[in-house]
Amino acid sequence: MGIADYTFYAFAVTILTSGLMVTVSRNPVHAVLWLILAFLSGAGFFVLLGAEFLAMLLIIVYLGAVIVLFLFVVMMLDVDFASLKGEVARYFPIAALVGLVLLMQMSLLVGSWQAADGALALRQAPTPDPDQIHNTKALGLIIYDQYFLVFQVSGLVLLVAMIGAIVLTLRHRKDVKRQDVTAQMHRDPAKALELKDIKPGQGLG
Amino acid sequence: MVGLEHYLTVAAALFVIGIFGIFLNRKNIIVILMSIELMLLAVNINLVAFSSYLNDLAGQVFTMFVLTVAAAEAAIGLAILVCFFRNRGTIDVESVNVMKG
Repeated sequence: MGIADYTFYAFAVTILTSGLMVTVSRNPVHAVLWLILAFLSGAGFFVLLGAEFLAMLLIIVYLGAVIVLFLFVVMMLDVDFASLKGEVARYFPIAALVGLVLLMQMSLLVGSWQAADGALALRQAPTPDPDQIHNTKALGLIIYDQYFLVFQVSGLVLLVAMIGAIVLTLRHRKDVKRQDVTAQMHRDPAKALELKDIKPGQGLG
Repeated sequence: MVGLEHYLTVAAALFVIGIFGIFLNRKNIIVILMSIELMLLAVNINLVAFSSYLNDLAGQVFTMFVLTVAAAEAAIGLAILVCFFRNRGTIDVESVNVMKG
């Protein structure tokens, strides 16, 4: 066994342990932190598989943005998580049963399949030699060429998601004073000021 | 020597853990969303493993699109969650019954 094999097993143990801890941990902040560890191990797998660009994407975009978003929401909402955890024991048997059945079904497939004869000829974008063109450049070459339309559409998906998230969470609170720039600009001195001629020795009253 | 099957086994186990998490945390939407993220990570590992062992970059491109959709889904899901919490004061899935569906 080489160093790459040991690394694989280390990442495999880490990803499965942290995945399990995400589902069973009592504190959701801890669950998010375990999720970060799981995604880091996933990025490690990607590096082992030679997909460096996706590994960095996973760390920068996923850990840097999406998981931090989870962390924000968990910390922002004042949720009584203890009451939500109350019935975990009730659901444990059915969850374990479903998981076990699925795992058995998937393990039946291991080793009992083989690629079709023409599979290699059907490849859409054969990987160029990594010594000549590195992973990031090779991906860029086909994304901006073969998959250009799909790439643009995925950008549109993100735009729609961004607008949707803003529209859903934006609210104008009535009980808070806000600056109204238009109203300020359109103030008229003639209406806002009133000059009174007060005689000496008399008050306003 | 670590082969394709090793990666597929780990990804399958991670996928099952995700489903296990959804069943276990029936009430807590945040943990359900996190379990969905775990399942998507498992799918991505499958795609990249096949891409690497068949020497086909298309798998990695598709992983990128899966990541995009997953990020969009997480953003919208969390926005709906924040909205729901403002209106109902809880994130219990079983109290999502306003529409009597």
